[in-house]
Amino acid sequence: MMLKFLFKGLIRDKSRSLLPIIVVALGVMMTVLLQSILGGFLGESIESTANFTTGHLKVMTRAYNENSSQLPNDLAIIGVDTLKASLQKQFPDITWAERIQFGGLLDAPDSIGHTRSQGNVMGMGISLLKSEEEINRIDLKPRLVSGRFPTKAGEILLSDELFHKMNLKIGDKVTLISSGMYGDMAMFNFHVSGTLHFGINVLDRGMMIADIQDVRSALNMENAAGEILGFFTGERYDNKLAKADAKVFNARFAGSKDKFTPVMLPLAEMNDMGFMVAYSESIQSFIVMIFIIAMSLVLWNAGLIGGLRRYGEFGLRLAIGEDKHEIYRTIIGESFLIGIVGSVIGVIVGLLLSWYFQVVGINFGDSLKDSTFLMPSVMRAHITFTTFYIGFVPGIFSTVIGSMLAGIGIYKRQTANLFKELES
Amino acid sequence: MKTYILLLLSGLTMTSFAQNYPTGKSILDKVDDNMSAKTRVLTASMEIGTERTKRTMQSKTYGEGDHKAYTEYLAPAREKGTKMLKLQNQLWIYSPATDRTIQISGHMLRQSVMGSDMSYEDMMNDKPLLQQYKAEVTGTETVDGRKCWVVSLTAIIPDINYFKRKIWVDTERYVPLKEDLFAKSGKLLKRITFTNVQRVEGRWYPMSMVYKDMLKEGPGTRMTIQDIKLDTPIPASYFNLGKLK
Repeated sequence: MMLKFLFKGLIRDKSRSLLPIIVVALGVMMTVLLQSILGGFLGESIESTANFTTGHLKVMTRAYNENSSQLPNDLAIIGVDTLKASLQKQFPDITWAERIQFGGLLDAPDSIGHTRSQGNVMGMGISLLKSEEEINRIDLKPRLVSGRFPTKAGEILLSDELFHKMNLKIGDKVTLISSGMYGDMAMFNFHVSGTLHFGINVLDRGMMIADIQDVRSALNMENAAGEILGFFTGERYDNKLAKADAKVFNARFAGSKDKFTPVMLPLAEMNDMGFMVAYSESIQSFIVMIFIIAMSLVLWNAGLIGGLRRYGEFGLRLAIGEDKHEIYRTIIGESFLIGIVGSVIGVIVGLLLSWYFQVVGINFGDSLKDSTFLMPSVMRAHITFTTFYIGFVPGIFSTVIGSMLAGIGIYKRQTANLFKELES
Repeated sequence: MKTYILLLLSGLTMTSFAQNYPTGKSILDKVDDNMSAKTRVLTASMEIGTERTKRTMQSKTYGEGDHKAYTEYLAPAREKGTKMLKLQNQLWIYSPATDRTIQISGHMLRQSVMGSDMSYEDMMNDKPLLQQYKAEVTGTETVDGRKCWVVSLTAIIPDINYFKRKIWVDTERYVPLKEDLFAKSGKLLKRITFTNVQRVEGRWYPMSMVYKDMLKEGPGTRMTIQDIKLDTPIPASYFNLGKLK
């Protein structure tokens, strides 16, 4: 009944409600939009890194993990088939993919087999021929510049920049010179089937992608892999889940002192991703806090102005015997209603804009050309369940807090002076 | 072994400040007299031990003087047919799997030779020791029950792989029995131990050598000479790039 009364008051006296509702709606819209965009951007960056490098979870040997920056394939996992089967059994909801990362020199021969050109490569062996799962995961299709994806053993994809630097043609033979799993010099012939452009300087300088079986043959790594990556099926990275899975897996080997014992790491514990994950997790609270403070200040001010305008009204109500607490409560009640109405409007507009940025995205393209981090070229907002309710928190809190602060003035009114004040 | 021979086969000029010991030069000269040969043909096995596995390779090496060496790997199947040719300060490797001959240069020289504890750089360093180091005999010690001169070498040129070396030379047979290679910081980088010293064509020769990279775990690389012929004629074609294919 009381709320209905207050609601009618707000509708009839638009000067009491319009500005606060606009302020709240704008703030809420910004909160919703920022939450979805920042959440989406950070999430996409994390997913890109996961898909390309870390997985949501990664299994390596302990020794490989300790020296992972050196890509120490001499410390790789041996008996990958058995370990992968065991992982699939223990974690059926996770997709597992083995990878081999390596460095080396690519040598292109002339017509008599002598070196014509050379270039340093950073290589990755993935499952290229069995299915397109890894091609899609790493999002290689839009990065193909010329040629085609490998269709048979011995074919590779090469960064377009290196391809041109080495003066190669599609189909040309190149020899990889690298270190084998036993530390020996490994030489293996490949044919370039296609070229890629990543838009990331470090990859464009010399990335080579080959089928993992070819890399195994080249580096003498039969049934071995440097890393087994785990991906939550159809989901984004979940830090709590990843940590829990890693804990369960590592507990199996807790008693082992062997440096070749497998160890599982969640994404947050690799490649300095901890900060990114923590930032992504705390960004929502951060945005909400900022908007609560900013909007409270604005609405406090609006409340003070409103209070001045309604100075006479409050005085009259006090003079005819209405309790100060009661008036204070009605102000809070009004602000609560304003908060809800403003939040609903803000959430609707914010969701519509978020949906637009989720579908269309923002193309950063060339601005990421010299990036050393793996970032998707098109960033998209990401609407989650939180996006639907997050705006209500600053929307309602800020109006209520703003009114609470502005309404304190009521308690400073002296009943004895009310008529005197009203006369003036 | 070959590397060691290459390192020691050189004209040596030096002085020693230790009054009670022979000079470093005289010790190394005697080693040179004992071990150097105009040519050598040796069949050897190389047992490469890592923390996880042990691999054995067979090879046959033809060497002439300090600067020419041709090696062909005979086993196992993966390495069979791999050939290496060293001419002066250049090194080529032929891989039958790729049918390519590649010159090893730059940072590739730091790679391990067939996964062993020895790098190509170690193999290539054939400059006379006394052109690179100041040598002095610092004392005597016993290695494997044999009395040895301890010869300490300190680099006199910049940009050198091992700033210091310490060689234990058998006082009677003038065969090195142990060698330690140090970084400038004093850290021990590699240790070579020579065993099974036998009389070969009037010279004392260590028929087995363990080359250990002290920065790597594992037992190191053992090279065992199964057959050695010294001062035997080697056709010039062995030291030609055409021999690799």
